[in-house]
Amino acid sequence: MREVAIVAFGQSDHRRDTAETSEVEMVMPVLHQVLDATGLRAGEIDFTCSGSCDYLAGRAFSFTMTLDGVGAWPPIAESHVEMDGAWALYEAWTRLLTGEAETALVYSYGKSSPGDLREVLTRQLDPYYVAPLWPDSVALAALQAQALLDEGDTDQRALAGVAVRSRTAAEDNPHAQLAGSPPPEALLDEPYLVRPLRRHDCPPVGDGAAAVVLAAGDTARRLCRRPAWIRGMDHRTEAHGLGVRDLTRSPSTRLAAERAGAFEAPVDLAELHAPFTSQELILRRALRLGEDVRVNPSGGALAANPMMAAGLIRLGEAAAAIHRGAADRALAHATSGPCLQQNLVAVLEGDAS
Amino acid sequence: MTPAPSPQALQAPLVVEFPFTRSLGPVQSAFLTGLRTRTVLGVRTTDGRVLVPPVEYDPVTAGELSELVEVAPTGTVTTWAWNPSPRRGQPLSTPFAWVLVRLDGAHTALLHALDAPGPEAVRTGMRVRIRWAGERGGAITDIACFEPYEGPEGGEAVPHSGEFADPVTGIVAPARLDYTYAPGRAQSRYLRALADRTTYGERCPSCRKVYVPPRGACPTCGIAPDEQVEVGPRGTVTTFCIVNIKARNLDIDVPYVYAHIALDGADLALHARIGGIPYDEVRMGLRVEPVWSEDGRYPDHYRPTGEPDADYDTYKELL
Amino acid sequence: MTKEPVAVVGIGQTKHTAARRDVSIAGLVREAAVRALEDAQLTWPDIDAVVIGKAPDFFEGVMMPELYLADALGAVGKPMLRVHTAGSVGGSTALVAAGLVAARVHRTVLTLAFEKQSESNAMWGLSLPIPFQQPLLAGAGGFFAPHVRAYMRRTGAPSGVGALVAYKDRRNALRNPYAHLHEHDLTLDQVRSSPMLWDPIRYSETCPSSDGACAMVLTDRAGADRAPYPPAWMHGGAMRSEPTLFAGKDFVSPRAGRDCAADVYRQAGITDPRREIDAVEMYVPFSWYEPMWLENLGFADEGEGWKLTESGVTELGGDLPVNPSGGVLSTNPIGASGMLRFAEAALQVRGRAGEHQVDGARKALGHAYGGGSQFFSMWVVADTPPAG
Repeated sequence: MREVAIVAFGQSDHRRDTAETSEVEMVMPVLHQVLDATGLRAGEIDFTCSGSCDYLAGRAFSFTMTLDGVGAWPPIAESHVEMDGAWALYEAWTRLLTGEAETALVYSYGKSSPGDLREVLTRQLDPYYVAPLWPDSVALAALQAQALLDEGDTDQRALAGVAVRSRTAAEDNPHAQLAGSPPPEALLDEPYLVRPLRRHDCPPVGDGAAAVVLAAGDTARRLCRRPAWIRGMDHRTEAHGLGVRDLTRSPSTRLAAERAGAFEAPVDLAELHAPFTSQELILRRALRLGEDVRVNPSGGALAANPMMAAGLIRLGEAAAAIHRGAADRALAHATSGPCLQQNLVAVLEGDAS
Repeated sequence: MTPAPSPQALQAPLVVEFPFTRSLGPVQSAFLTGLRTRTVLGVRTTDGRVLVPPVEYDPVTAGELSELVEVAPTGTVTTWAWNPSPRRGQPLSTPFAWVLVRLDGAHTALLHALDAPGPEAVRTGMRVRIRWAGERGGAITDIACFEPYEGPEGGEAVPHSGEFADPVTGIVAPARLDYTYAPGRAQSRYLRALADRTTYGERCPSCRKVYVPPRGACPTCGIAPDEQVEVGPRGTVTTFCIVNIKARNLDIDVPYVYAHIALDGADLALHARIGGIPYDEVRMGLRVEPVWSEDGRYPDHYRPTGEPDADYDTYKELL
Repeated sequence: MTKEPVAVVGIGQTKHTAARRDVSIAGLVREAAVRALEDAQLTWPDIDAVVIGKAPDFFEGVMMPELYLADALGAVGKPMLRVHTAGSVGGSTALVAAGLVAARVHRTVLTLAFEKQSESNAMWGLSLPIPFQQPLLAGAGGFFAPHVRAYMRRTGAPSGVGALVAYKDRRNALRNPYAHLHEHDLTLDQVRSSPMLWDPIRYSETCPSSDGACAMVLTDRAGADRAPYPPAWMHGGAMRSEPTLFAGKDFVSPRAGRDCAADVYRQAGITDPRREIDAVEMYVPFSWYEPMWLENLGFADEGEGWKLTESGVTELGGDLPVNPSGGVLSTNPIGASGMLRFAEAALQVRGRAGEHQVDGARKALGHAYGGGSQFFSMWVVADTPPAG
């Protein structure tokens, strides 16, 4: 397999509401971050791939407007997934594996502020049997959390512990939307949002964008002091219906991790796309992460969860940790769909320093 | 939840609403028609599992499913979540529990609402039964919700033909989403000026092209324009078409001319209607000026200035 | 580093029609997928990954519908990607799928594109009432008609050329059992006298609104060796994008289209497309786009495309048949329309196009475009594996 690495990562400051900027006005500075970091101009990039979703913006073809921020002239080789940017990165990675491209620009963004995200996400569900009931995304995650609690291996205090750890870690992340947390005891005094989930168990709703640059082989070494080599990457899907799945398990994450080679050697850091506290516990189990692995030092999706970007940010944060020598072998995970329906796992490594 | 408006940015509500018409496959048709007659159908897989609600394709093998069975309207809660503040469109308007219920005779669970006095009254493993809606038309909402149930357990699934008189073959699924649209910095500046009947373009610092309307980025250079430039008000028709059919939600008599107009000083054309001239006399190169409506944010249309037509060579690059 | 050659071994499509009221969205995509599997004589477990494409989700009112469609497409336990590149999406989707095989990430991939336009109304989806913006003043055709006028002005093409294209494509569609429009009694005079909707575009020169899906099975050399019918081999694939609107944009012959064609010909070793390509399936939603694309794709010099059309070169019996399937003018499930072009090109070189087969077709071009004439995707397929 060809050597391909993440050589640059950039993200916006994630905020509850960015009404003062259009999507392209939010995305373009992030593109400039990664281009500046690599010294590349847009025209020198061999392939560009983005991820976004019309339903967040409330308009069709919304991604055509953000292409303005790329400066696609002369015309560029470009594609778009209606998915989280982690899958855009996957598409770009396969493009580099073919040898057709040396470099790729990947970006994604989502503004949740224009709509009511809990309501918007109901439109993802089976349009015949489920969507007509408008079950919102927090309610579905709560069903999953209750199933996990019913198993008896964890409790609400442990869930609060995930929130506290994530948001305390986010104090060191200038891009985070939520940073800092009261202690678990105080959190457990708060009312339920949808029982058994309290507000602290849920991700902040907000707007944000992220971008990475991928490069192959020696190009990667030239563009980055310590490239984050993609040793493996895979993604898997589960059945759509919640009632046919065991919500306490994530077999697609386990399978993707196996295929990505995650279990071949221990990782020292994991960035998990777990929007809800209970989902981190499910993912840790699927990924066999021990207590010795640093999980979400960025604060994870509990600190900032811009839709369609939060998964790409996990890959970017894991890569950035390798870039700065804070990790040697990292796992990054992204999810999509209700209750972890679709999951992507990547294994990143830095060269021995 | 509507985000707080920011003082600089324009914002306005955007309602995205449509009654989607969904045709049904045979399994879905049988299930939803069954609900209309208070009959709950499932579908049996080749390995003997009974899926309720019945899906068209096996989630494990991808095989097409068609062997319908009838199951009981009673079942067991497999997980639940208490919803203290019901939202628009949800099954109950008073606090309720979301539940996954495995109906007696089924191996998988159905998502719906459970009407219960409070979260203390709900637990995984509790027994429930369907409360049917008073009026049923063949939709998942024919199940009003579930309610606690103490009676006997239903038996095994039994075969069912899936045949009913006057089967439901489609559903109408109305969907409304409310957004707050914000056009962003560049557009807001442009729109504010337009309200004063001034048209501003923005010049790219790199390629020096002037964009009207501005979009916040020079699309060929990928950088933010940094200079406002007043353009127009006059311009040249670069190309056009004559519209002979009424567009949706548009109150304009046909035929009319829809034209691309390069405002003087702009480097690309915008789109507008041409008036004040018979439609069949509009031509490429026609010189036009805006006619502002009293309350509109935009020119209502453009009309001829009476100047001589522009030479093709002066605008062919703008086509 | 060499790429794995990519072969098309299975092709399936639905019967396209204004409204498929007998199936769900899943049932529609499934029909195309099963036909593609049958063509390849494969079953669900043989598929390693699924790549699905469609145009805006508002058309069906389901956000990221691939999540719900995962079960119907046998994607459970497998990787699934969802592509959206506006009207070119069917082509781009096939290229993303082909990339997975070429990169040796997967051996056999199912790719599929669809639109079920009857669930809503495309013009509703395209003209959501965005505040501060003038409503779309002219409907879909109104967007394209001024560019057609610009083409006519630039080339001096006589006004009747568009009608010739429409008549040809609708006649071709009579030979394609899957086509949406089967207008048996249509005459050229009727096309010429059909209502002028967006002058210069007449009613009969516009595409219909269809429900439909198209699927293909793409595989590697080993997979092609096992295929029951001759495969189509991919000799080149390319995507190009340019901004929606910009100063200097050429809507008549966008540079992204020219660059994309040049790239795909270079990959396929084609130096004279007019001679070397035996059949073309191009995305022609309004009749005049045939002569425009003939120039953009290098089949004719600038200003000369309409002459090829006028002289009958692009007819089924001509020496460069364009849209033998009947094309988008006869069938338009938006998200699938691009993949239909790619699939029909592959059918030609496999010799499996039935009554609309171009005799002796060995090399064919599939072309798709979308957005404001800004997104292009193309592939060249042939009846023999690529050299090397």
